[in-house]
Amino acid sequence: MSSVLDWEATPNPVKENRAGNIGKAVDRYEGPLKVTGTAPYAYEVEPPSPPAYGVMVSAEIAAGRITAIDTTAAEASPGVRLVWTHLNVPPQGPRPERYDFFTPSPRPALQSDRIYFFGQQVAIVIADTLENANAAAAKVAVTYEADAPMAIFHDHLDEGVQPPGEQDTEIGDFAAGFAAAPVTIDDVWRTPLQNHCQMEPCATTAWWDGDHLTVNTSVQMVRFAQNSLAETLMIPAKQVRLLTKYIGGGFGGKGSFYEDLVLAALASRELAQPVKIAFTRQQMMHGTVHRPATVQHVRLGATPEGRLTAMSIMTVTHCDSRGNFTEHASNFARSLYAAPNRLTGHRLVRMDLPVASAMRAPGEASGTLSLEVAMDELAEKLGIDPMELRILNEPDVDPETGKPFSIRQLVRCMREGAQMFGWGRRNLVPGQVRDGRWQIGVGMAAAIRGNMLLPAKCSFSVDAHGVITVRQGMTDIGTGTYTVLAQIAAETLGVPLGDVRVEIGDSELPPAPGSGGQFGAATAGSAALDAGMNLRKAITEIAVADSASPLFGGPSQDITFQDGVIAIANRSERLADLIRRNRPDGLTADGEIRPAADARNWSQHTYGAHFVEVGVDTVTGEVRTRRMLGVFAAGRILNWKTARSQLTGGMIWGVGSALTEGNSVDPRYGSLINQDLAGYLVPVQADIGEIDAIMLDEVDDKANPMGIKGVGELGISGAGAAVANAIYNACGVRVRDYPITPDKLLAAIMAR
Amino acid sequence: MKTTITVNGEARALDLDPRTTLLDALRETLRLTGTKKGCDHGQCGACTVLVNGTRINSCLSLAVMHDGDAVTTIEGVGQVGALAPIQQAFLTEDAFQCGYCTPGQICSALGMLAEVAANQPSQETTDLTGPIRLTDDELRERMSGNICRCSAYPQIVAAIRAVSGLPA
Repeated sequence: MSSVLDWEATPNPVKENRAGNIGKAVDRYEGPLKVTGTAPYAYEVEPPSPPAYGVMVSAEIAAGRITAIDTTAAEASPGVRLVWTHLNVPPQGPRPERYDFFTPSPRPALQSDRIYFFGQQVAIVIADTLENANAAAAKVAVTYEADAPMAIFHDHLDEGVQPPGEQDTEIGDFAAGFAAAPVTIDDVWRTPLQNHCQMEPCATTAWWDGDHLTVNTSVQMVRFAQNSLAETLMIPAKQVRLLTKYIGGGFGGKGSFYEDLVLAALASRELAQPVKIAFTRQQMMHGTVHRPATVQHVRLGATPEGRLTAMSIMTVTHCDSRGNFTEHASNFARSLYAAPNRLTGHRLVRMDLPVASAMRAPGEASGTLSLEVAMDELAEKLGIDPMELRILNEPDVDPETGKPFSIRQLVRCMREGAQMFGWGRRNLVPGQVRDGRWQIGVGMAAAIRGNMLLPAKCSFSVDAHGVITVRQGMTDIGTGTYTVLAQIAAETLGVPLGDVRVEIGDSELPPAPGSGGQFGAATAGSAALDAGMNLRKAITEIAVADSASPLFGGPSQDITFQDGVIAIANRSERLADLIRRNRPDGLTADGEIRPAADARNWSQHTYGAHFVEVGVDTVTGEVRTRRMLGVFAAGRILNWKTARSQLTGGMIWGVGSALTEGNSVDPRYGSLINQDLAGYLVPVQADIGEIDAIMLDEVDDKANPMGIKGVGELGISGAGAAVANAIYNACGVRVRDYPITPDKLLAAIMAR
Repeated sequence: MKTTITVNGEARALDLDPRTTLLDALRETLRLTGTKKGCDHGQCGACTVLVNGTRINSCLSLAVMHDGDAVTTIEGVGQVGALAPIQQAFLTEDAFQCGYCTPGQICSALGMLAEVAANQPSQETTDLTGPIRLTDDELRERMSGNICRCSAYPQIVAAIRAVSGLPA
């Protein structure tokens, strides 16, 4: 196993960046396809013969069982090819008692008469056209025996249990430290259930060729989905080819897969015809996953000078009745501020609700909404600038583990951001600045999000034209994977970007974990770098052994790769010429990355600072974000353009979390009240004012051989808290129940 | 039902189930899958196309209502290798990430710019007496029917502004 110290000490082309491909604002590799509408998403892939269309029927109770399900009218409906319920669906692999994030396991569909949550799929109708399938699905008559669902999280907060395999972490003596602190904050924050709302609903196009299945679907993790599907269908994984070339947004919600994939595979086998199934927007809200609500109890104790002496976040959250997903809203606090006495932990309530899972920055996205506001409150109590309070409590080493930080530029993010934003010009007293009907306020918050590296493989080929092809079972969910892999390949092999092809999103390619946890670029990219280095080596060996090559005889260690030309000293030839002469069919090399054995000896994170200016209309309760600035430190940046888009995108998610996004449960039915994009309010154009994201120069040599880290989840972390703090600065009231909608804000203003 | 729709300049004779939306006729019957289905309820804008030059949500319209109409989809705006200026601007400004809302954003932008050129006011328009100034607020208001969950909103504004030819 390698050591991070080897990575740190070993030069490589990405670090050297001689051609300047790394960090450059390169346009998206697949961009021309996306702006012309010619990138085929899962439902749009052309099957080998005309497909049949599936429409799913969803449960209308949250708990109980199906007592009768009458499909006769649906089966007699025009064009219907089959109707399946739990009574006649083909056999599938058994569902494990609990799902695990990283362990493939069967995900069987339509398994029994039991209903575990509102919107659970209870039937599938396949017909010759979408219109006929829709009409027939409406004729499936389901009779239920409904139990009273346990659906209102806030009624069950004291029933939370310790999540499996976890324990609270306590350093020092929190209770004593908090009791002794002269200045304290002790408040409770609530964050709501949120929906991912990817623009592309989950969808699958499936077909069989003999006993070999091809599925085009929309998932973030290729190999996980391939293996889980194979286990569901009870066939060897090698008989399943899973393709996911273009994905219309993931955000964690496509980390696993759903009934569209399983039922399309089963139905196309049954009908010997390609089958397409898509979720409706309404089915997406219940039938996939969501970010669960949290209640966070934050307690801070400090000296009058602003030194934290005690710090605690205890989070209560929920998951579905058969789940164990925990929204770890307290975890990030373990590494953020120094305090000798600390207590963090989680309690989990299993509810008759749809399945909870990861949504963009699980943990940090929810947790920063409490602690980063609590810090603002503490700063005000102490009469200290909230940024200076954070800097005062900046730890030298990880405050919980005592491990050194790989690199930590949080203070620099805050200082540089403050200067660019004009933080020093703000009015310390809330409610003092007015612009017409708007009361203006500014707020800031820190951002932190962990960093990870997972095992991955990759292959690189060069052909007789000198074109490099990167192959990897990786995904691009809008993150820029295609583009950064092309940049790494161009830099490593010294070819123009236009001479690189990238093939991803296919289970037949070398496995990579996929997109999630902002580990994608580092993981996939590090495997790509290794493959590139191995291809360089293979090319070098051929060149120095080829008497027809000017490079014949070496010395190998002096070889350079630049502009499609390989050279040793002043002897050179085109890479294409060497390959055409020696390997007319091309040359391939494999590579891989594994986490270093000592990677966990360092505390590794990405950091940032958010600054926001809002306007609050204290008559209507309306809040507008006028100006946002985020300054981030996240290792070497591979592509300035795509990284910046991810960061500003995340910041805008923070605005949604602060102001509009949240779903409520209907106590009568255990359903989510907002079932579509008219009710569940994601930010739209008019919600977002001026916004910018700055990336500081940074290299984290302990993260991976390239010194890069992820940015996909950093931007949301802390952004909503900065908005909440700005609202306080504008109008002098705090709403600790997100989202801060006009009704809540007006009530708080009236109560003041 | 027999319906003839001119799609991207070409007359297409269709025999459609009358329940077929314009969106599904484009995607499933004509296999023009550039037009996206994000919600099927007129809430997200991913299915925006131009009908006789006016932007509409194609999911809210039955195909048979468009007999004789001229429909422009993203495939008619420009092609790989021959991108329209608005498509090139989206690429240059990185005005998308996952790309699923992008065809709708682009068609919507084209329709929107035509509305501004025709001096059609919006909620943000303060002066109804002169030509409309395409301020950022005006632009954002007019593009708010197109959701981008990746939230490339600032880049979309930049891309549209780059081709609008209109002063801010």
